[in-house]
Amino acid sequence: MTRWHVARLVKVRDENATARTLVFDVPGWPGHLAGQHVDVKLTAGDGYSARRSYSLAGPEGVELTVQRVPDGEVSPYLTLDMEPGDELELRGPVGGWFVWRPDGPAPVLLVAGGAGIVPLMAMIRARRAAGADTPFRLVYAVRSPERLCYADELLRPDPGVSVTLAYTRRVPEGHPRPPGRLTAADLGPYGEADCYVCGPTGFVEASAALLVGLGHDPARIRTERFGPTGD
Amino acid sequence: MTTFTRGFRGRRRGEDDRLPPGQYLTEDFPVLSAGPTPHVPLDRWEFTIDTEAGQTHRWTWPELTALPYEEPAVDIHCVTSWSKLGTTWRGVSLDVLFEDVESTADYALVHSYGGYTTNLPLDDLLDGKAWIAYRYEGEDLTPSHGGPARLLVPHLYFWKSAKWVRGIRLLTEDWPGFWETAGYHNYGDPWREQRYADD
Repeated sequence: MTRWHVARLVKVRDENATARTLVFDVPGWPGHLAGQHVDVKLTAGDGYSARRSYSLAGPEGVELTVQRVPDGEVSPYLTLDMEPGDELELRGPVGGWFVWRPDGPAPVLLVAGGAGIVPLMAMIRARRAAGADTPFRLVYAVRSPERLCYADELLRPDPGVSVTLAYTRRVPEGHPRPPGRLTAADLGPYGEADCYVCGPTGFVEASAALLVGLGHDPARIRTERFGPTGD
Repeated sequence: MTTFTRGFRGRRRGEDDRLPPGQYLTEDFPVLSAGPTPHVPLDRWEFTIDTEAGQTHRWTWPELTALPYEEPAVDIHCVTSWSKLGTTWRGVSLDVLFEDVESTADYALVHSYGGYTTNLPLDDLLDGKAWIAYRYEGEDLTPSHGGPARLLVPHLYFWKSAKWVRGIRLLTEDWPGFWETAGYHNYGDPWREQRYADD
């Protein structure tokens, strides 16, 4: 894992106006589990380098989805300037805790806040790729319809996966749930499950507390947080 | 061989000799934890040191906070690459807590409310290098940052500074903790960039 790989950008896909998926070709990539992340290193012409962590968005290949942070140092470059053929360095996979394995038998409850959807999307894709029939439920809180990632894929029926979109500020026309932050009613009832919560710190704090309040075993709630600088 | 990233310039914030390799500066205080935040009522809180001989030393909240404290100002370095300089804390030095502890153990396994564990050599907890901290920047430590009390070992990556600390077990053999068994480095020295298991 220590080794830095050279990663060449081969494809980009805009998820929305501020988030972009980048697909890299990484010779010698050892493979990874859904939920893991990578460290990327960008080096400027004068040798200055910056490093950040990003979640892998899919079970195969090296695919990252990056949310642009206004005034960020690295994310504006990745989401606006980097072009196919450009290279950066990357190492991983990193993280052995916030992972889902396709042979896991327990039902899964995924709770995403904003860009926290990325590692959870990797789990949904890993389930589909493995043909697993583990029941999945995704509750995805997002500010407004313009902020949705993977919209087409999430709205397409995927047997055994139920998706609840919780818009916190503005809903699209005809959406049944009024705008507002996540409540216990959005998360329950769901029975015993392995819970994965990912998003900004405040969101993770609040959602994990709601899950504990609904009777979920704290030992089965895994969290991953993006700090306020989450660039 | 270095791979240059075309078109990347970067910000060069945080060029500072107090910054270990691969770290960048933040003014915020990001939170990283693996599960829900435990809430520990102070009247049930306790801190223990268990020796390899089976002896237990125990402090309640009033006992801990009545001990002489220090107010270290330290730089902290998270393995996820952020560093924060000059943070100020109030806490009891582990030297005070270990004063009456008889032990020849070389290793410590720190454990927390909520089940988290982390390991380090006992030497890294002594000689003014570590505290049980209960105030941060002049305020009581909040639960999301590890309150009521957390371990503070600023010379190692910050996951060693266990939040919601409950006790320390002294061991004659090293016993890897939570992140140390999940791919992270066993020791975690930021200046040697010991992030992952084989660094």
